[in-house]
Amino acid sequence: MNDMTPTSAERAEKLQGMGCKRKRVEDIRFIQGKGNYVDDLKLPGMLYGDFTRSPHAHARIKKIDPSKAKAVPGVLAVLTAADLKPLSLHYMPTLAGDVAAVLAEEKVLYQNQEVAFVIAEDRYVAADATDLVEVEYEGLPVVIDPFKAMAKDAPVLREDIKDKTDGAHGSRKHYNHIFAWEMGDKDGTDAAFRKAEVTVKEVISYQRVHPCPLETCQCVASFDKIKGELTIWGTFQAPHVIRTVASLISKIPEHKIHVIAPDIGGGFGNKVGAYPGYICAIVASIVTGRPVKWVEDRIENLSTTAFARDYHMTAEIAATKDGRVTGLRVHTLADHGAFDACADPSKWPAGFFNIVTGSYDFPVAHVSVDGVYSNKAPGGVAYRCSFRVTEAAYCIERVMDIMALKLGLDPAEFRMKNLIRREQFPYTSALGWEYDSGDYHVALKKAMDTVGYAKLRAEQKAKQEAFRRGETRELMGIGVAFFTEIVGAGPSRNCDILGIAMFDSAEIRIHPTGTAIARLGTKSQGQGHETTYAQIIASEIGLPADNITVEEGNTDTAPYGLGTYGSRSTPVSGAATAMAARKIKAKAQMIAAHLLEVHDDDLEWDVDRFRVRGNPERFKTMTELAWAAYNSVPPGMEPGLEAVSYYDPPNMTYPFGAYICVVDVDVDTGVTKVRRFYALDDCGTRINPMIIEGQIHGGLTEAFGIAMGQEIHYDDEGNVTTASFMDYFLPTAVETPKWETDWTTTPSPHHPIGAKGVGESPNVGGVPCFANAVNDAFKFLGSTHIAMPHDNWRTWMAADKLGLHG
Amino acid sequence: MPKSQIALTVNGKPVEALVEPRTLLIHFLREQMNLTGSHIGCDTTHCGACTVDLDGKSVKSCTVFAVQLTGSDIRTIEGMANADGTLHALQEGFREMHGLQCGFCTPGMIMRAYRLLQENPSPTEEEIRFGISGNLCRCTGYQNIVKAIQYAAAKLGGVPLQEAAE
Repeated sequence: MNDMTPTSAERAEKLQGMGCKRKRVEDIRFIQGKGNYVDDLKLPGMLYGDFTRSPHAHARIKKIDPSKAKAVPGVLAVLTAADLKPLSLHYMPTLAGDVAAVLAEEKVLYQNQEVAFVIAEDRYVAADATDLVEVEYEGLPVVIDPFKAMAKDAPVLREDIKDKTDGAHGSRKHYNHIFAWEMGDKDGTDAAFRKAEVTVKEVISYQRVHPCPLETCQCVASFDKIKGELTIWGTFQAPHVIRTVASLISKIPEHKIHVIAPDIGGGFGNKVGAYPGYICAIVASIVTGRPVKWVEDRIENLSTTAFARDYHMTAEIAATKDGRVTGLRVHTLADHGAFDACADPSKWPAGFFNIVTGSYDFPVAHVSVDGVYSNKAPGGVAYRCSFRVTEAAYCIERVMDIMALKLGLDPAEFRMKNLIRREQFPYTSALGWEYDSGDYHVALKKAMDTVGYAKLRAEQKAKQEAFRRGETRELMGIGVAFFTEIVGAGPSRNCDILGIAMFDSAEIRIHPTGTAIARLGTKSQGQGHETTYAQIIASEIGLPADNITVEEGNTDTAPYGLGTYGSRSTPVSGAATAMAARKIKAKAQMIAAHLLEVHDDDLEWDVDRFRVRGNPERFKTMTELAWAAYNSVPPGMEPGLEAVSYYDPPNMTYPFGAYICVVDVDVDTGVTKVRRFYALDDCGTRINPMIIEGQIHGGLTEAFGIAMGQEIHYDDEGNVTTASFMDYFLPTAVETPKWETDWTTTPSPHHPIGAKGVGESPNVGGVPCFANAVNDAFKFLGSTHIAMPHDNWRTWMAADKLGLHG
Repeated sequence: MPKSQIALTVNGKPVEALVEPRTLLIHFLREQMNLTGSHIGCDTTHCGACTVDLDGKSVKSCTVFAVQLTGSDIRTIEGMANADGTLHALQEGFREMHGLQCGFCTPGMIMRAYRLLQENPSPTEEEIRFGISGNLCRCTGYQNIVKAIQYAAAKLGGVPLQEAAE
């Protein structure tokens, strides 16, 4: 080699593979206003659909008269349940094994439920006409408090299934009961509590919230009568699942349905499910023979398409006097709204809530969940978390703090005593999960050292004394949270959606000139997949990331996949990408051996080329091998260089992290200032540190919103009182804290590149960390648990309850 | 509904159009002018995804009627790149500092930052945060948006650029 030959390290850097802060490919179009979102689509002859919605939370429909709406110039048709019923489309199946109304037939079950769908030439005309659909209602008593749903005399909500004693997940105890689910060792747990030296019990409620991406849910449906083919452009986090569902519902053969998810303006779980707007737009296009666009507005978004949480968890910990946990018992009442439309893998009606033992070595645990119906919107999506994982993390992290308080131990010290130890991995939890890898003590210690934990506690103590002396009206709180997530659903043995195993896929084609296209079954909504998947391929096969196009969201071209949610893209499709790349590399090796006239085994890989062992000047670069794949393959080998991989993960991945937050609370106003927030995340192998940091900033900000103010609130009549940005808290740049990020790296042992996924960790760890910080500020005054959200008013109320206002 | 004639300038080009009196500027831009870079994220003038520059002020184009705009000068994200096709310092800054993820708030955010830097060419971090508080972002947590605007302020002001996003 002469001096001009780049070294391996120089060549590796040029690839922009894994580990580098590659700038995002997507940005070029977004910063110029050239993104391609659903509402940007304009087709010739396109019509607009809009809903007439119920003002009542629970009412019988006596009569629907659309005649005045139909008479508006520009209105083509008005669909009601009466039109959909002959097609069996007035109800649609949900992902949870229930049905949900598309258009209400005899009753409405929540405010803003869809009653009629107006189709017009113009979106303004459609909106005008929705007000002219006359609906006569007879009000019925409502169920808003889930604790009253199963009362003896509770109103019957679901008349369509009131006599069914079995649901999709076993027997039902009551006409408003959906399912009962349990895991763990009940008798063993009861015994642990009987023997316990110390126990605590607390009701930990996680309020109803909404994922609220900045772009609402929307679609354009276009039915081609000549070909009998349907094309749907939509805000779909899982395009292939939508295609299968659309085929099952409409009876249009699946190969004649084309689903396209273009650029998506954030998802956070909101865009996983199928909503009445999609069905109505499809029917409207079939009826009119023209493309039909449906775009929900913000009020519709917040009040109808999905919700998250609404979990009411009664949690108990048993422990020894010296602070070892000996048992965990949690019973959850889950409010699922009017229809069970939770987006969980089929066998998991409460998601992966049995991750509730968290990061701690509980010898025994038992968890049970009862799901109930109420007069609220259906949904139950995983808002920036894996299925019910943030609920579990909030629950265990709060109750661990409560136990530490009772034991008189520092919350960090109590956690240190009970964290699962490095040598215990792979670790099987008392509730049945096999945690793949972790190094928890190192992470927590690093977090404590970085923030100067002991010093902070000393400062807090001094402030508390000053407060008692009446010298300050400010309290200082230090929140500690240590979370373990379970993401990357999931193994086919226990994870499916509608019977389809939750594998995911990648197809890579190498072009003759050494560039490539990769297509995947996932769908980015801002995560930067076009950038990061190319980095994986670049590292695996030695072609520059800039020469690799990544395409998602077109069901005609992408291999079948289950989509992007639950931090599954990197654990599942990222693995498929690496595996497909390795198939390509294996074939390239055979071609290289043929060209270099050596045995395959005589070759070694060097960044972007195969070279002959002991003779590094004899080599073939991947670019040369790409060309050779199309003209000089070994005898008997098929030409071409492409591969597809469907990856069925052997296990989930278990990212973890240690977060510490410092707040200062003004007890006279309730104003809570976040002084500092430090987040240490371990997501295994890091593909793009810049994108990881961005994901953590965003997730922490969403966690801040949830913990400090978000709530989808219903009044006693079932009116949604927080359905616009006037009332639903989204943090602005002013109130959003500054974030400090850090990391450790503990690769997943079962993942091809060791990556675990990161997008949701900050939400899962962030929520309990803020809540623990606010609670920590008040606990020296005798407070045990203050419920979220910690907005100024509620915090003022908490201070008032403690008698701090004189 | 009867339509009215308007004549205005959009991204430096004279435009004449017929609009309904109730047509919102955002719908005029997106549907009549096919300028789909500005987005709709709420309906209540909170989110700022529809922010454009109107006669030297940032406006939320969901709260302006197109019929009011005869004689006005409007600039949208599509008019931000330099005449030679190179990116504006703000566009460059957003990419360099990883100031966007899903991209939906980005055009409005850049248009707001553009006016902010006209009003205050070297804002402090606090001034930037206050200055963009009418624009919501659900993805980034704002930290890198602040850095992106600082990047642009430095570049436009001829100050050496700070290090790229971490």
